[in-house]
Amino acid sequence: MYKKSLSYPYLLWAAAFIIIPLLFIVYYGLTDRSGAFTLANLAAIATAEHSKALMLSLLLSLLSTVICLLLAYPLALILSNSRLGRSGFIIFLFVLPMWMNFLLRTLAWVVLLDTNGVIDSLFQALGLPRFKIINTPAAIVFGMVYDFLPFMILPIYNVISKIDINVINAARDLGANSFQTLYKVIFPLSLPGVISGITMVFVPSLTTFVISTLLGGGKILLIGNVIEQEFMKGTSWHVGSGLSLVLMLFIILSMVLSSKYDNGEGNVL
Amino acid sequence: MKKRMLFVCSCLAASMLFTGCGGSSAGENVELNVYNWGEYIDEDVIDLFEEETGIKVNYKTYDTNEDMYPIIANGAADWDVVCPSEYMIQKMLDNDLLLEINYDNVPNISNIDPDYMETVKGFDPDASHAVPYLWGTVGILYNDTMVKEPITSWDCLWDETYADNIVMMNNPRDVFAPALISCGYSLNSTDDAQLQEAAAKLTAQKPLVLKYTTDEVRDMMIGEKAAIGVIYSGEATICKEENEHLQYVVPEEGSNVWLDCWVIPTTCKNKENAEKWIDFLCRPEIALKNFEYIYYSTPNKATVDLIEDPEILSNEALFPGNEVLSRCETFHYLGEEAEEKYNELWKQVLSE
Repeated sequence: MYKKSLSYPYLLWAAAFIIIPLLFIVYYGLTDRSGAFTLANLAAIATAEHSKALMLSLLLSLLSTVICLLLAYPLALILSNSRLGRSGFIIFLFVLPMWMNFLLRTLAWVVLLDTNGVIDSLFQALGLPRFKIINTPAAIVFGMVYDFLPFMILPIYNVISKIDINVINAARDLGANSFQTLYKVIFPLSLPGVISGITMVFVPSLTTFVISTLLGGGKILLIGNVIEQEFMKGTSWHVGSGLSLVLMLFIILSMVLSSKYDNGEGNVL
Repeated sequence: MKKRMLFVCSCLAASMLFTGCGGSSAGENVELNVYNWGEYIDEDVIDLFEEETGIKVNYKTYDTNEDMYPIIANGAADWDVVCPSEYMIQKMLDNDLLLEINYDNVPNISNIDPDYMETVKGFDPDASHAVPYLWGTVGILYNDTMVKEPITSWDCLWDETYADNIVMMNNPRDVFAPALISCGYSLNSTDDAQLQEAAAKLTAQKPLVLKYTTDEVRDMMIGEKAAIGVIYSGEATICKEENEHLQYVVPEEGSNVWLDCWVIPTTCKNKENAEKWIDFLCRPEIALKNFEYIYYSTPNKATVDLIEDPEILSNEALFPGNEVLSRCETFHYLGEEAEEKYNELWKQVLSE
């Protein structure tokens, strides 16, 4: 009973700030302005502009997840191989920017990437072609990768650094070359970290509206922007909630998929 | 068990604390919650008001009428006095969100030019809910070193030589207005075919646009990040002070003229304090202080009489002549259905 009572504050927290708001979203999502039950808000995802925004969001967040993975995996591998002191410092460097507000960091990128901004001016001074990436989907992917990369590195690094060195030694002993060791031993063992990294990058990328507003110049409509507009521009909380529910389905789907993968591979050893 | 009791007690205490907070801000007479546009007051005026009346002002800002509306309509916060534009006031009236103002408590309303009270009747038929604060036009701000010839027409927004040099506003009505006008239609159009045509025009324009934003136009124009920006007249004057190459023009095809008024929403907890606030802002010297700080045209006749600088009085952006005003039109509230249409089409443009 003692242990149980310890969880009450959290239960209270969860009820007030997670469950009740969620119920509100469900209520709004399934009713119309007059309060009558309707599925129209969920069906709103099928309109051309909404489904286009959803597809673009899926595409950009998949892309940024893949880029994060490609960047983070080798780095996590190198870090876990290097001596403890140095790798701790590099990890620290990656965590350091997270001490600053993420909105400010994204704004800083607006200044850096802008036409006639810092990078563009540098390119011009060096006689290179103009650097025009701001207000394009590429800038948004860039922002997503920058903002969410630490969430990919940390879980992978954690898992890899905990792999028993004897397992790797055994693989080498049995004649595996370093590529085979990586491919057949280290990678499967690191999958739980990879999966949680993927979830932690994919989900916030899919739902972001700040990055796309700032780095997309208001020209690119992601599903997050559509939902933000429905809520903030006074159009319809009902449609906004309906679209949020649809988006939640995608998130739950991605989590179910990854947890299945996670269990299957995690049980091998 | 003891521990559990302790926990329950602390929870109860915490919940009482919360309700306590809510109660005090609602019950006492010494606070006023003011919700205004961003950069729309000289903050010294707030201090002066607090000093004189002893009322503590909680001041917060919003970026667009559309941002403000759901906050009031859903009762998300108890604002006592708000400053929307004419079409939004009409919408709020339609939805019974405004209280009648008792003009006995606002004697300084006599300073307001009667012409503007006539304008108020356009959206508030008995002129009993709104007190004019500031007005202005929407036009084009351009950098004369970055354009080939002086701008006079909305057509420049579709001129390919200005690709990536155009900044547009970022809400449906303000974006559609230039497109509708340059197609030759009213900016209050609700006709499907006309709106489709305007949307097609905006879609065609999209590749040329650098950014859709309402609150960054000023900084971008001052920083010469763009050659042409659609902007409110008051901001244009401030921009010109920072960068002498910036010129403001109300295009020849016509544009939007707007009037922002103070209104008291039904969420108001202390109407008399709200009226005190409105009356205070109608005082000529206070309105002058605001005018000199934000540079929007003032409907306050007594204030205009106080302005001595001939350069300001002849400034077309601040005091557009009748010739300019005759081609301008105010926004009307078009009803929920039309509003949805605008939003829908705007989303379509953006998702292209």
